[in-house]
Amino acid sequence: MKMKNKKFNYLRNAFLLGLVVITNLNCEREMSDDAKLATFSKNGEIFTDNFIGLGSDFYFPYGDSKFTAFSVDDNEAYLGNASIRIDVPNANDPLGSYAGGIFRIDGAGRDLTDFDALTFWAKSSQGVTVGEFGFGEDFYPNEFMVTMKDVSVGTQWTKYIIPIPDASKLLRERGMFRFAAGTNGTNGFGYTLWIDELRFEKLGTIAHGQASIENGNNVSETTFVGVNSKVEGVIATFNLPTGINQSITISPSYMNFTSSNPSVASVDAAGAITSLSAGTSAITATFGGQPATGSLTINCQGIFVAAPIPTRPQSNVISIFSDRYANVPVNYYNGYWAPWQTTLSNDFSVNGDNILNYTVFNFVGIEFSSPTINATGMTHVHLDAFIPGPIAPGRQLRVILIDFGADGAYGGGDDTRHSTTFTASTSTPVVSQSWISINIPFSAMPGLVSRSHLAQLILEGGDSSVIYVDNIYFYN
Amino acid sequence: MNKNIKKSFLLASTLLLLLGCTTDEKQTVTTMEQLVWQDEFNVDGAPDNTLWSYDIGTGNNGWGNNELQYYTSRPENIVVENGMLKITAKRELYLGSGYTSAKIVTKGIFEKKYGRFEARIKLPWGKGLWPAFWMLGSNIDQVSWPQCGEIDIMEYLGNRPTSIFGTVHGPGYSGGASISKTYTLPNNRFDNDFHVFGIEWGENYINYYVDDVLYNQITPDDVPGDWVFNDSFYMILNMAVGGNLPGSPNSDTVFPQEMLVDYVRVYQ
Repeated sequence: MKMKNKKFNYLRNAFLLGLVVITNLNCEREMSDDAKLATFSKNGEIFTDNFIGLGSDFYFPYGDSKFTAFSVDDNEAYLGNASIRIDVPNANDPLGSYAGGIFRIDGAGRDLTDFDALTFWAKSSQGVTVGEFGFGEDFYPNEFMVTMKDVSVGTQWTKYIIPIPDASKLLRERGMFRFAAGTNGTNGFGYTLWIDELRFEKLGTIAHGQASIENGNNVSETTFVGVNSKVEGVIATFNLPTGINQSITISPSYMNFTSSNPSVASVDAAGAITSLSAGTSAITATFGGQPATGSLTINCQGIFVAAPIPTRPQSNVISIFSDRYANVPVNYYNGYWAPWQTTLSNDFSVNGDNILNYTVFNFVGIEFSSPTINATGMTHVHLDAFIPGPIAPGRQLRVILIDFGADGAYGGGDDTRHSTTFTASTSTPVVSQSWISINIPFSAMPGLVSRSHLAQLILEGGDSSVIYVDNIYFYN
Repeated sequence: MNKNIKKSFLLASTLLLLLGCTTDEKQTVTTMEQLVWQDEFNVDGAPDNTLWSYDIGTGNNGWGNNELQYYTSRPENIVVENGMLKITAKRELYLGSGYTSAKIVTKGIFEKKYGRFEARIKLPWGKGLWPAFWMLGSNIDQVSWPQCGEIDIMEYLGNRPTSIFGTVHGPGYSGGASISKTYTLPNNRFDNDFHVFGIEWGENYINYYVDDVLYNQITPDDVPGDWVFNDSFYMILNMAVGGNLPGSPNSDTVFPQEMLVDYVRVYQ
């Protein structure tokens, strides 16, 4: 019996030794099931008594703001002993008329996918409305920016909640916080804001998120092949635990876009649209799997036919609007003259060629009075016009030039003007779907007694549809 | 077991639980397990008329609270489908009111003294919505309110989506002076999912619970008047719109809103 045991023990020891040897020889490490792939920091804390994990170079004020508005205040806190302090300047502060900027991580971004809100406590030295609080601005690409606008801040510490529209998109976010505060509501007088306990949180108490594009409206845009458009007015609304519906302005990248007719227009994840061929396409979006309200319908007119390229040398030209020439200062290309003008502007650019696009056109005024134009050395006025829609019988297009007279200002009894009418039967006829090249000699505009203080060009005769205008200049 | 000892034991253990409750300890929330009445809402159509009857209209001055809804029995406002009772509050002009909704009661059908009364409900959201699961004393027609007593098992205001409250009203402690306690979910809302709301009610005590949390007990010592809860009561399920307590719906309130009840069960 004893002998047997001994033998057994000996064998067992040898077996064990053998195991050890084998294990040591086969010591290849495999990935344990517990090992995690390296990811970005999931820390949600931004500021409690100091900034947490932002690095050293994290504050970037907006270029036209007062840079020194931001500091850390060791005498004020909601919790602990310090808070973020923003001294919003008086409107006439030579260093900047408002306070604004971002806190951006000096380093790799954070994984915010586990959170559902940016929260902070804030108070002010007086009751104010702060223009903007938000996050996701990182100079650049600002892909997932969120802004809460017109925030009422009082003199008592209050908690603010900015919902994260879709945290699954925030895999590495550097833009921790953004703010803009001015004195529009305080008659130009500055005030102080304090912010504390700034962090991302998982509240679990935010619900009923819904979103809109184009501010919930169905809008349309006329384009040509190669024209780029953008989805705008992207807003999301969430119900907070306080029972309030909070609306936030968000980057289009939180949405999923669809073009109903992808051969007419394409749309990418950031809401950038390119028109590809003639036709119509509706750009719509979903948010969190639900349809967003609003839409953008692209009416692509096809290949844009540019106006004839001007050939006159620059030295013979005073140009008001043309890509071919240097343009003189122009006050506006659309005066929006209330109450009778219906004309709106939706100017566009095709392959670098800028076009004035007047919609709902009845009449429109272009003004160049600062300074006025001395065209005594010129002999003609030129402009190119394009009417895409049908020309009704009796349709007119009238071109009116106005000189402000010796006083160089509107009125004063010395203004003169001349109106020239074009119809389907004038020598330069009004036609549809083809550039109308208008050249009017000053000799044919006797109503213009002088042309040393030319100030306005008015187009009249619209039928509430569209007219494109290009290459407006005086020449000899 | 001697009734008094049993009652004292229950009281004592409940008190101990309430006094010594941390999130780590396992609470005994309910003790009454003998099912005596239920509606699982498993038959599609109108609510079972052998279990419920309707309150219709606007009552007196909006049911005494300046509520804005007209209660109907139409399926647009109350219907059983998909295993649930659905009460729908709608914003629509109806017989002089700007909103419609529904209210069902077990008055004259099922009235009971003491017991565990429980419902599993998913609540609506938005300012002005005021759903409730509650009880009134059977003698209301004889002694009127508040003498008959009122037990609010669950009341909820749509603009406070993380809280509900449990209340008693009685003589000397009614309306604004009622005895109430609020329960707030720490990391969730009541319009996100179904939650269980109930009371365990015995002689001289009413325990209030939500899901697995016992959050209040009311006894005669807690009320500044007669304890009128040692008689039979009947149940009520309703969703009001507007009124003195919730205020009116505002432009943020989305209609229609739904109150979904998975079941109502009564134990002893």
